[in-house]
Amino acid sequence: MLFEARNVTKRFAPQLALDDVSISVPAQSIFGLLGPNGAGKTTLIRIINQITAPDSGGIFLNGQPMRPEDVLKIGYLPEERGLYKKMKVGEQALYLAQLKGLNHAEAMRRLKYWFKKLEITDWWGKKVEELSKGMQQKVQFVTTVLHEPKLLIFDEPFTGFDPINVNQIKNEILFLRERGATIIFSTHNMSSVEELCDNITLINKAKTILEGRVDKIRSEWAASEYDVVIDGEVTPETNAHFTILRSSFEHGRSVIRLKSQDVRDPNLIIRAMAASGQIISFNPALPSMNDIFIRVVQAKNKEVQKN
Amino acid sequence: MNKISIIIRREYLTRVRKKSFIIMTLLTPLLMAMIFVVPALVMSNDDKDFKKIAVIEDGSDLFKGVIPDSKDAEFEYISDRTVNDLKNSFEQEGYYGILYISPQVIDTPNAIQLISKKQPPIGLLDHISGSLEKEIEKQKLLAYNIEDLDEILKTINTSIKIQTIKIDDTGVVKETSTGIAMALAYISGFLMYMLVFMFGSQVMRGVIEEKTSRIVEVIISSVKPVQLMMGKIIGIALVGLTQFTIWILLTVAIVSVVKTNVISKDTMEQMQQLPQSLSQADQSIPGATAAMTTDQLSEFEELFASAMNQRWGLIIFTFVFYFITGYLLYASLFAAIGSAVDNETETQQFMLPVTIPIILGLIVAMGTMQNPESSISFWFSIIPLTSPIVMVARIPFDVPYWEIALSMALMLVTIVGCIWMAARIYRTGILMYGKKTSYREIWKWLTYKG
Repeated sequence: MLFEARNVTKRFAPQLALDDVSISVPAQSIFGLLGPNGAGKTTLIRIINQITAPDSGGIFLNGQPMRPEDVLKIGYLPEERGLYKKMKVGEQALYLAQLKGLNHAEAMRRLKYWFKKLEITDWWGKKVEELSKGMQQKVQFVTTVLHEPKLLIFDEPFTGFDPINVNQIKNEILFLRERGATIIFSTHNMSSVEELCDNITLINKAKTILEGRVDKIRSEWAASEYDVVIDGEVTPETNAHFTILRSSFEHGRSVIRLKSQDVRDPNLIIRAMAASGQIISFNPALPSMNDIFIRVVQAKNKEVQKN
Repeated sequence: MNKISIIIRREYLTRVRKKSFIIMTLLTPLLMAMIFVVPALVMSNDDKDFKKIAVIEDGSDLFKGVIPDSKDAEFEYISDRTVNDLKNSFEQEGYYGILYISPQVIDTPNAIQLISKKQPPIGLLDHISGSLEKEIEKQKLLAYNIEDLDEILKTINTSIKIQTIKIDDTGVVKETSTGIAMALAYISGFLMYMLVFMFGSQVMRGVIEEKTSRIVEVIISSVKPVQLMMGKIIGIALVGLTQFTIWILLTVAIVSVVKTNVISKDTMEQMQQLPQSLSQADQSIPGATAAMTTDQLSEFEELFASAMNQRWGLIIFTFVFYFITGYLLYASLFAAIGSAVDNETETQQFMLPVTIPIILGLIVAMGTMQNPESSISFWFSIIPLTSPIVMVARIPFDVPYWEIALSMALMLVTIVGCIWMAARIYRTGILMYGKKTSYREIWKWLTYKG
């Protein structure tokens, strides 16, 4: 299912929460909605969930404007997780499933499947307050995906999980995409963005400041830097073609980061490096999404301050 | 609609299954029954020990046998001993006290003393002074040498009780009792106040719980905020009605069980004893007290009859109507407050404007019992915020139908407006965290679109 938000603007009395923001999420892809705190991500997510309405602009599913009943096609895991503390886990999951339109029998069947899959069957009869935070997160994950929504929105899905559970949930998210779900994923954890997301939009102060495919953005931001690994200890020197940024010697290998000088052809560099020893690997150094995030946002903020 | 019923079901079941609910539901009728039963028990068991009282006169025997023995006291006339003689030893000799009647008693009525170690019960004193007064009056009358005094006394003996009779527009005559109406007014007014407050604040706590536990965001991505709010309000209303019904049934059951097993036996005994003590009294003052008891009995009957004469159908209908509407009105306000704050301690600044009308209503309702037709009572029973409490307190005093209709109509209109307003505050409030909310902020929420 193709999801689009077109020219969404939302104003909360004194300030703009979203200023003409558009996103387009291709069917069966994972989309990263990024931005610093207070950028307007949650507002956009709430608009998608029809919790609040935009002042202008609209939300479209497969090109059709979203209708109120489409909310059943959405699964939403909010950043601020919450369950009724005094209620039993199973009962609560059943309640939330019924609110999503599943009947009792169907909800039971699916809950049993998911509880078994995530190894939480033993907690069915326990009260929520008896569970650890990670356990509560798992329960909430189940209630989010149970009605097999076509559009899933995960707001910081990995906080509170140990690495094993993070991995499990990651796999489940990829599995859900394979089964046909379109996923919007909001997080500050940039390594998971690199790992999972196909496309991203970066929002800062209510405006879109960066968008596109993750791999494309990373290579665009690659500042013609390369990582070279050479067998044996060598000390290459800066020359007309490149500058050595750093080099180190570990386990019998030299690891070198260099920046090419106005040379577009990497072969020139390889040839120069090959002179000093046997090249084990030569890779363009892609900036992490983390770096890009920080650089883009800081640059934008400086620009705003100047004006 | 289906989703509202799922929400109502959860709100209802989680509350009804709570231990505190079950305990409250079972204990309250016991307490209520105690309020009814204990005074009755105390009255019927009042000071069971039998008292023997020595009656001593100085020099004369005017009052020999004048004071009849009562249910719990025996009067022994002693002519051969003096007060000083007995003063130090009456307890050892088995007397509760000494009643000393001085010879000047006919002219100076204060010349009577009851000497005892303990504070004598008021019933005993009444019994003694009543008997002596009559005897002294009789003695004074005798001094006028009137013929056939006994006959005359019998004929002039009267006991007065005012019957209040109410005539309604159709000319039907009904006997009523102001006492019953007042009791009814008091009970319904106070009960209404309690119920509205109790269940209204439960709604508020429920909303705060959902907001602070952040589950609200998950739920309102499946249902509309107004559905969640109304589901909660209706669910808790049903809890209230359930609890209320159980309370009434259990209270009635307990009271009737206790009545048949404990009280009636005692009262029966009392009734049987009365004629005996009366027959003794009859010898000295014929007719006087006998007339009183029949009066007392018929008074009970009248009270009962006039209680039955109250328009119970109307009373119950209006009570249920005002309970439901009053609850809806305040519950929606409480829900709005709950949505605007982050925790219960912050509720105070918004509680005041909501609690003032309730408490004002209660105060006016209590005044209503003194003067149900006053203009204050009238206006407060028409204005929707106070009308649930004040109107139910006025109903036992026969309110004209047009006033009830006007009050109810205004109530319904106000509820619609109130729920609409509360829903608008609620849907914004439940998603606002961290910032302390002000009245200005709430006003802004009211005017947000969509």
